[in-house]
Amino acid sequence: MSGNGQAGPAAAGAVGTTAPEVPLLEVADLKTYYQVRRGLTERVARTPQMWVHAVDGVSFRLARGEMMALVGESGCGKTTTAQTILGMVKPTSGSILLNGTDVAKLGERQLRPLRRTLQMIYQDPYESLDPRFRVRESVEEPMLVHGIGSSRADREKLAVEALERAGLAPARVYLDRFPHELSGGQRQRVAIAAALVLGPDLLLADEPVSMLDVSVRAGVLTLLDTLRRDGDMGILMITHDLSTAARFADRIAVMYLGRIVEHGPASDVVRNPQHPYTKALLSVVPKRDPRERAAPQILKGETPNPIEVPSGCRFHPRCPVAVERCQVEDPQLRLPAAATSPAHQAACLLV
Amino acid sequence: MSLLEVSGLHVWFEPPHAAEVHAVQGVSFALDPGERFGLVGESGCGKTTTILALMGLLPPNASVAGEVLINGQNILAGGEDSVQAYRWKDVAMVFQGAMNALNPVKKVGWQIAEPMAFHDIAQGAAARKRAGELLELVGIPAAAGERYPHEFSGGMRQRAAIAMALACEPKILLADEPTTALDVMVQAQILELLTGLSRNLGLALVLVTHDLPVVAQVCERAAVMYAGEIVEAGPTEMLYHAPRHPYTRLLFAATPDLYGQDAVISIPGTPPRLDSELPGCPFRARCDVPLERCAGEHPELRLVGPGHQAACHRNELVEAS
Repeated sequence: MSGNGQAGPAAAGAVGTTAPEVPLLEVADLKTYYQVRRGLTERVARTPQMWVHAVDGVSFRLARGEMMALVGESGCGKTTTAQTILGMVKPTSGSILLNGTDVAKLGERQLRPLRRTLQMIYQDPYESLDPRFRVRESVEEPMLVHGIGSSRADREKLAVEALERAGLAPARVYLDRFPHELSGGQRQRVAIAAALVLGPDLLLADEPVSMLDVSVRAGVLTLLDTLRRDGDMGILMITHDLSTAARFADRIAVMYLGRIVEHGPASDVVRNPQHPYTKALLSVVPKRDPRERAAPQILKGETPNPIEVPSGCRFHPRCPVAVERCQVEDPQLRLPAAATSPAHQAACLLV
Repeated sequence: MSLLEVSGLHVWFEPPHAAEVHAVQGVSFALDPGERFGLVGESGCGKTTTILALMGLLPPNASVAGEVLINGQNILAGGEDSVQAYRWKDVAMVFQGAMNALNPVKKVGWQIAEPMAFHDIAQGAAARKRAGELLELVGIPAAAGERYPHEFSGGMRQRAAIAMALACEPKILLADEPTTALDVMVQAQILELLTGLSRNLGLALVLVTHDLPVVAQVCERAAVMYAGEIVEAGPTEMLYHAPRHPYTRLLFAATPDLYGQDAVISIPGTPPRLDSELPGCPFRARCDVPLERCAGEHPELRLVGPGHQAACHRNELVEAS
């Protein structure tokens, strides 16, 4: 739990005078490895078992009313982190405290009532909604699963409320429509309403707008922003889009090969990046203004294979500023010397 | 004379049991060698249909009117027969999702060499050698041609798809959402490659995307399409700093920027259906500054500055005052 130990003083500084209440979500040194399948010959030959280090020691906290963005390239482990928190994948080690209860240690039956408190919004509303379900059925189904609402009329009332909170008003117009009769933005709002009916404390949103048209993205993001501000909900948004994260999240955590390499208030991470990987990522984000054509710092190749994680700092083979000791020493998250916020952390030996 | 000149391009689709859809409604633009031109807009605005028409690859239920001139020759004049002489040799295309359309059971090098034989460019060993050169051109070692698509990463597959499009040495490359499914770092690599190809080989590039920042960074000029029409076209700098159509302004406002401070606002409503004639301005229903005449009078694309055109009645008010 070394990562957590280091996070302690910085996090305490950031929280300041507020009472030491239990955070909504506290993930500590989470590791999720997948076994690499071996064929018969490999087993007979006793080739060593290999593991995909999808999530390799991730720690963070999320408070109510807060939106945190987990950003990184595909294969960095951001989706596996969300799936592990959700209980779809069992972690190899580490803890996931949801309102103080370690959900990583719970069995399927004990987990079930808790599932109400954490809900997921998927990337593609064209696939996450059943095409044969009317909006009414999509939103009422989670209530039936969790035994919410005493009668059909009661459930309808709750569904209408959730749809209107999700920005589909008047909701009665939408209740009997099928997904194919809705636009992409409307579908994603139905998916959000289906999560809202359970009154969750934590929403995990996996690339919630990347499949939507530019013109409606802002609307869905603003909705998520309103929900966490008014609804006292925490939102963990997984995205590869740094511009969206910068605009909507309070905090940004940048992941690389299963680890958080930089973490801090969104404006600090974007305007005062410390880790060389964050700097490179930010430099290649296209800007809206054609006059701002900065020289992008393009890293060669792609994220290495998470089966054979490089020694020392896992970013050193692609790092433009790596020195010799980066090959042997594995950097932990710490407050960089050039940080302007006490909550800013980077895992680099040179900061 | 421009390398490519599209004028008054119309495309209609006749779906079975449904009204005719007027997908492209009089699109015109021109392109010089080495120029990078962006075509942007929401899904369903006609961007992909426009470039498929340039390739003569529209489905059989589509009918096309207008002119597409390459070096002054109208390639659409004789239907399929005339397009075929130009397709791939003069104008080539990287399709949306091309990186996922490689044949999984054939080596990448073979897949690049195959069309060369079909177009009588090179055969056998010569074609394989040329395939290797093309791979090198897009930043992949020639030896990788002996590998299968599943051994390539997403970025490498997209590079291979670009190499394929370059096999017959086209003058014009049409790229449909070439970076949409890719990570930012890989996107930057592919955009750098496309920009380099246009600079070094004088390739004219048409970049079709919904991603305004990508166009802002890569293209010198761009056209914004809405409901099958170009509603504004000009230097990308002007589109961002001095947009003359509300749709362009709202599209930029709906796009978050890394350092942007202003609120990100979505555009209310949805684009109109194109299966019936629209009176007035097609953007009227979603416009934040409509005028009375927008309801009945269709605005024409007019010159509003050097190389800058827009189709909005408001520009005439500015001129009058």
